[in-house]
Amino acid sequence: MILGIDVGGTHTDAVLLENFQVRKKTKVPTNQLHLVSSLIGVMDGILRDEDLSALERVVFSTTLSTNAIVQGKTDRVGMIVASGPGLAPEAIRVNEDTRFVSGYVSNRGIEVAPLKKGEIAGAAADLKAAGIEHLGVVGKFSTRNPAHENEIGELVRGDFRHVSFGHRMSGNLNFRRRIATTYLNASVFDLYNRFVEEILEFAKRAGFTAPIYILKADGGTFEIRQSAEQPVQTILSGPAASVMGILSLDDCSGADAVAVDVGGTTTDIALLADGVPLLEPLGVTIEGHRTLIRGLKTKSIGLGGDSRVRVDNGQLLIGPRREGPAAAFGGPWPTPTDAMIVLGLTQIGDAAKAETAVAEIAGKLNLPVAEAARAIFEKTCRDIAAAVSAMVEEVNNKPVYTIHELLEGKKLNPARLFIVGGPAGAVASRLGEMLGCEAVIPRDAEVANAYGAALARTTAEITMLAETERGSLTIAEEGLQMKIPAHFTRKDLLKIGLEKLRERARRLGARDADIEMEIVEDQEFNMVRGYYATGKNIRLKAQVKPGLIAGSGKGGARP
Amino acid sequence: MKTRRKTGLVFFPAFDWAISPTHPEREERLLYTQDQVFEEGLLDFDNIVEYKPGLATIEDINRIHICVPDAKSVITESHLISAGGAITAAEKVLAGEVDNAFALVRPPGHHAMRVVHGARGFCNINIEAVMIEHFRRKHGHRRVAVIDTDCHHGDGTQDIYWHDPDTLYISIHQDGRTLYPGSGFPDEFGGPNALGTTINIPLPPETSDEGFLYVLEELILPIVAEFKPDLVINSAGQDNHYTDPITNMRFSAQGYARLNERLNPDIAVLEGGYSIEGALPYVNVGIILAMAGLDYSHVREPDYNPGAIRQSDDITRYIREMSRDVLDLWKKRRTFKADIVKGAKYARRNRNIYYDTDGIQEQQEETVRICDDCGGYIAIDSQASTGNRVYAVIIPSRSCDLCRLEGEKHYAGINKAKLGVHYLVYQDRDRDIYVVK
Repeated sequence: MILGIDVGGTHTDAVLLENFQVRKKTKVPTNQLHLVSSLIGVMDGILRDEDLSALERVVFSTTLSTNAIVQGKTDRVGMIVASGPGLAPEAIRVNEDTRFVSGYVSNRGIEVAPLKKGEIAGAAADLKAAGIEHLGVVGKFSTRNPAHENEIGELVRGDFRHVSFGHRMSGNLNFRRRIATTYLNASVFDLYNRFVEEILEFAKRAGFTAPIYILKADGGTFEIRQSAEQPVQTILSGPAASVMGILSLDDCSGADAVAVDVGGTTTDIALLADGVPLLEPLGVTIEGHRTLIRGLKTKSIGLGGDSRVRVDNGQLLIGPRREGPAAAFGGPWPTPTDAMIVLGLTQIGDAAKAETAVAEIAGKLNLPVAEAARAIFEKTCRDIAAAVSAMVEEVNNKPVYTIHELLEGKKLNPARLFIVGGPAGAVASRLGEMLGCEAVIPRDAEVANAYGAALARTTAEITMLAETERGSLTIAEEGLQMKIPAHFTRKDLLKIGLEKLRERARRLGARDADIEMEIVEDQEFNMVRGYYATGKNIRLKAQVKPGLIAGSGKGGARP
Repeated sequence: MKTRRKTGLVFFPAFDWAISPTHPEREERLLYTQDQVFEEGLLDFDNIVEYKPGLATIEDINRIHICVPDAKSVITESHLISAGGAITAAEKVLAGEVDNAFALVRPPGHHAMRVVHGARGFCNINIEAVMIEHFRRKHGHRRVAVIDTDCHHGDGTQDIYWHDPDTLYISIHQDGRTLYPGSGFPDEFGGPNALGTTINIPLPPETSDEGFLYVLEELILPIVAEFKPDLVINSAGQDNHYTDPITNMRFSAQGYARLNERLNPDIAVLEGGYSIEGALPYVNVGIILAMAGLDYSHVREPDYNPGAIRQSDDITRYIREMSRDVLDLWKKRRTFKADIVKGAKYARRNRNIYYDTDGIQEQQEETVRICDDCGGYIAIDSQASTGNRVYAVIIPSRSCDLCRLEGEKHYAGINKAKLGVHYLVYQDRDRDIYVVK
């Protein structure tokens, strides 16, 4: 049995699967003030009278870190930043408690200027004196050589309750994002670790030994103890749960597709290329912080079933605000849901109230009520379709850096539209028509998020750089630096890399059957100095693909 | 506080293209630049927008070049992309989407002349000229100033605009007596119909920031201001850098950024620059920040030591005098024509052109009609060591009625067989016609 729980902003959904079929499902309002207790309540309820020894895994998607960041309920964090030359410090600063220190490494990871111990001790003492307990340490190009970050860590050890290191957050280059990510990680560290302890205590008390996983923003999971060091990876896992749900409820393999979640207030859009969800190229953005956190590429528009409909200067306008439920459910204004009721596309709520509300719009547009309802419905679908098309176009216009990719690179061309959410049934076929896609409403769509979380596999990635001229190999996420011989090749790097990725994935909680690895970046350059080849610069990035665990019959690793 | 500007960036490092594996123009060239741009997170700034390059077309090339035997044979896809990248940069500026734009693309183009038999100085087609004629065709005529800050004289761009009074070409480069291609002296001053719209400023080896910025302030900016261009384009070569392996100058990332800020080009296009690790990452970050109006004062090379790369007093004196002479020449530009033309109806140049990259030798005779109303129609007879011989008649942009009439008549009267040429080309800029017989 597998237990999946999605703690959403409004509802907490739980689903208990047996042989990948729904055995029990439940939906309760989320208690935002006592997230852990509502979570434990749900677990308690759904697991009661079940044989806990048959439980294979438990997966949560939680809004804990997201909410803390969005609501500003985070801890004060001190930052020690070795910024080196480049952008001015003021363009880099993430908060008032940022201290800049000297010392930096070049883009190849070669030390150019050493750290100054006195400066670091001074900065640490200063931050400590301000009562700061959490520290972030970030160096420019630290993913190419983490030595400076590690050295700073050694120097301040004991001064702070916890230190977050930039190079551990991601293997990608982007100094400002590395700083923001490290800062956020440190700022929710305590809160998140208390959550982990409470969950582990509950599991112990309840007597279940199944591994517990947490959903990440990229639609993958990691084991709860492993997640404790990197709580920031758990932010914005909501859209990931929804897309993983769609993947798990239907066969999405092979084709390009659009996943649309039409809610009350907003519509969220995600894209699948060859059945695999698209990720943000660099990382997700939260509260104005651009991060290096791998996350699904999603677009949210202010248009949903409960959006207020009005007429301004003879123009029909829908959204972006929701000012209460649909009129059919006692709301103050006409909404797309009311129009759908009038058109007979859905049989919910009070049809008379819906008609009265739409009649108001009809009057202003000088149209019969049915035609006004049709106009509202058409515009709703058209606006969603336009947002989908714009997103597809944006992906297809993404810059590429090789001739091969520019001339022959993949173009996204969605053939199917997966649609979930309240109004899904009403808009599916029209939206599919507009987008030229086959529209599909997955079954059990109301617990899609919990279902998706339950079946999401553990993901991991590593970024490798080998330079035979210097005889060095760096694996950023692992903080690993190795010596390599001059005749080292791309094939050697691939072998080491995949081995290290497998180790990392196992450590993060992956089962061997779910470690489906792929190379996502693969470049090799001759390094030439003074007209002679001096070595090779080989760059590989490998990942365990986001997807579903083996055995689920869909999207999982093939035997 | 600097003024923030919205800057378009067309970044195309062509990671799968090289002239040869160890050639300076190889896959690795923009690798560390990419690393630096990514690490600084420049693309995250709201006022810096990255665009995918478009593809230039054969028509775009034929609008400005006479390629022998044809455009397809002298280029690869990479050239269509780098020229296309320059066009994209210009399009975004002209459409008002951005305030300025930088095409950080390769391969470069400023050694490619009007007639192209192959590659010279790592260049096959002139990506700036292809861009300029593309937007002139699409958006109407524009007065354009091209400021070429590559360390090598941009003899290709000079050749293409030699007779065009509406295109000011200013090249600042290492003295031709000490560096490829060996041209670019102040007396190369434009054709008889366009005197003064070609300006050459050769600088002595070991000129540093001080010298470059002096020439910019005292010579280039005043000339540009007087010319009143609609658009300023910077051929932004980066091989003046003190670490460049194939030149001898002492320019720095700070100098480049400052130059860019003061020149304030609408469009910058990368040209040469082969210190791929020690210079390009820092120079390009400096230029992008300067274009976007962001603080570049902390951009500096790992081994930057301004004291060690200061120019000598002799160089300072030399540059001061030369600048004065060139400015003098510019001021008197309208007085030379009668002496040069001496009443002739046509002016003729005979040249030997060497294509170092492809090892081709070309002999060219170029004739231009002397005209006070336009650039003058041009006839070119060109024969290369490849065995190809071409004869071309070119009707320039905004040609006067008489030049058009005479040019058309001249073309109609040519007997290809009798002349012994393999290809007869008619290129008409205003009507966008390119015919090969």
